Amino acid sequence: MRKVVEGSAAVSEAVKLCRVQVISAYPITPQTHIVQNLSQMVANGELKAEYIRVESEHSAASAALGASAVGARAYTASSSQGILLMAEVLFNIAGLRLPVVMTCANRAVSSPINIWNDQQDSYSVRDAGWIQLHAEDNQEAVDLHLQAYRIAEHTRVELPVMVCMDGFVLTHSYEPVDLPDQATVDEFLPAWKATRILDPKNPKTFGMYSEEGYSETRYAIEKAMLNAKDVIEGVSAEFEHSFGRHSGGLLRGYRMDDAEIVLMATGSIIGLLKSVADDMRAKGKKVGVLKLVSFRPFPGEELAKALKGIKKVAVFEKAVSLGAPAILASELRSALYAAKNRPEISSFVVGLGGKDISEQTIHRAVEMASAGYVAQHYMELDEEFLRDLAAAR
Amino acid sequence: MEKIENMEKHALMAGHRACAGCGEALGARLAIDAIGENVIIANNTGCLEVFGTKWPESAWTVPWIHSLFENAAAVASGIEAGLKVMGKGEGIQVVAQGGDGSTADIGFGAMSGMLERGHDILYLCFDNEAYMNTGIQRSGLTPFDARTSTSPPGKESWGNDTMKKDLPAIVAAHGAYVSVASAGYPYDLQAKVKRAMKVKGPKYIQVHVPCPLGWGFASNLTLEMGRLAVQSGLYPLYDIENGQIVRVKAVPKRVPVEAYLKPQTRYAHLFKSPAGAEQLKRIQAIADANAAKFGLGPVEVAESA
Repeated sequence: MRKVVEGSAAVSEAVKLCRVQVISAYPITPQTHIVQNLSQMVANGELKAEYIRVESEHSAASAALGASAVGARAYTASSSQGILLMAEVLFNIAGLRLPVVMTCANRAVSSPINIWNDQQDSYSVRDAGWIQLHAEDNQEAVDLHLQAYRIAEHTRVELPVMVCMDGFVLTHSYEPVDLPDQATVDEFLPAWKATRILDPKNPKTFGMYSEEGYSETRYAIEKAMLNAKDVIEGVSAEFEHSFGRHSGGLLRGYRMDDAEIVLMATGSIIGLLKSVADDMRAKGKKVGVLKLVSFRPFPGEELAKALKGIKKVAVFEKAVSLGAPAILASELRSALYAAKNRPEISSFVVGLGGKDISEQTIHRAVEMASAGYVAQHYMELDEEFLRDLAAAR
Repeated sequence: MEKIENMEKHALMAGHRACAGCGEALGARLAIDAIGENVIIANNTGCLEVFGTKWPESAWTVPWIHSLFENAAAVASGIEAGLKVMGKGEGIQVVAQGGDGSTADIGFGAMSGMLERGHDILYLCFDNEAYMNTGIQRSGLTPFDARTSTSPPGKESWGNDTMKKDLPAIVAAHGAYVSVASAGYPYDLQAKVKRAMKVKGPKYIQVHVPCPLGWGFASNLTLEMGRLAVQSGLYPLYDIENGQIVRVKAVPKRVPVEAYLKPQTRYAHLFKSPAGAEQLKRIQAIADANAAKFGLGPVEVAESA
């Protein structure tokens, strides 16, 4: 059914449709509406789940871990500081191969404290072993949650999935969204048949100290990540078959066929990039857009293939790796290192702390990248503020 | 007695790598045996976790999970919720366990949350009074004046300068059922576990577990040290039910604290000078205060041999 709803409401509906069994909830802007909505659904008896009002995000992730370890479908949501606080648990969940699904409502990290959107939070935990999928809009946010449990619980994957959606930009905006019916979702996403669980009838020891086998266990996760690429594509294809629209997958090109320059990013900025690409195309400039949905596993081969023959790429990202070049740009450069005739890849940092990204910003960046290689550029910094900061030291 | 390959079957099997005379290994085996096979355990990082689960060998014959240092209470909360929603929880006791460091310090928040949410979980705190697994560092339950590797005595210090955090009282303040036991009194410990199991809701048992390596005493004296701690009044055993202290283990004649402290090298620095003797008096005062609070008997100095 098609409705105009707040992004958070759409996502909570999707989570309900997934028949999650244990929800651990801790508030943090801007994901809180999601868990609030879920609590109302549970209170109304619409969702038969255990709802644990934990006392921290560290415990939110830990409770999801525990529930998953006994074979229950577990869910939590967080952002920013919450993601960072639970970071060690994220590594732990992936290491234990538990198919937890979590929404990350992408938000800036302290210091300074800032509630608005950027992707520093999820990018900061990219090494944890979680699959990370980025939604372009609220429809894709809904759809990725439905796909997430299929991917996570797949026997060739068995890894947790983080569905990333830009905080406020998506969570708090109202868009028309198709919310599928329970029957179709049930057919697409059957109940999880967990095989390795804590059960007195068949006692097992989880989370052992390991010297022998440590490297091999970590490598096994890497293998699972590689398997996940196929599974992500496969689930997306099945989704399209069941629900009649394309969503998810590893990446998606837009007007790339004869593009002279391709704009690449993760998340809601893709909408803006497509809009600017259309403008520029109308004026004769051949601009394409490459949406990266799967940040982890990072589909290097598939990106190289998609960018074959492309001369220039401008990577836009709402994150930083302080002391090193920007993350998405670096990973793309790395993935294309061995490619013959690889494109020139310019890097633009935008939108930190929710800083507005205008069409003009994108135009300026495209101009810069078209004129020559940009190793790294932070767009739209307030020069006066920078001077004040320098003076104050 | 059920056997596994000619060994008596216990929740925690022999062959683990704990130190000779480890009070925690004894306490854990007794406690989980008292629960039976219908248990699922979440265990914090620490001695108990590491000495029994070095891959590829596990000493546990019950379902057991180790996640991190501070989150067993939260993991257990998720386990309990998962079992409940799947209708599988009937008859299964969920247990969260850890040492004093993981319980009183780093895992304090997670335990508090578990208690106040009312989960039907048994929390077992094995109190050997320091972070033993990492080399005997001071925790919130390290007693006054004890030597640890981060509270060593020296010219400017008598060792740990704080009192034991009153965890049983803090846990009881959450409305949970509380029991304080000792590996030095195995039958009492098991009776306490069995009694706690009848409680529906959060329950906490703090088990004093003497540590030969950490406290500095011969490994054949574990039970004796546990008993001396109780007999000195420094570690009273009791329950807290509905906010009231009940079923205090009677100590009709207390031993002076020296009888308990002298055999342990972690207190050796108190026995070298008159100033040390003054510190001993302060520790005696702690025992005396416990005696007053819990109704323990007076100190009776044994006749010297």
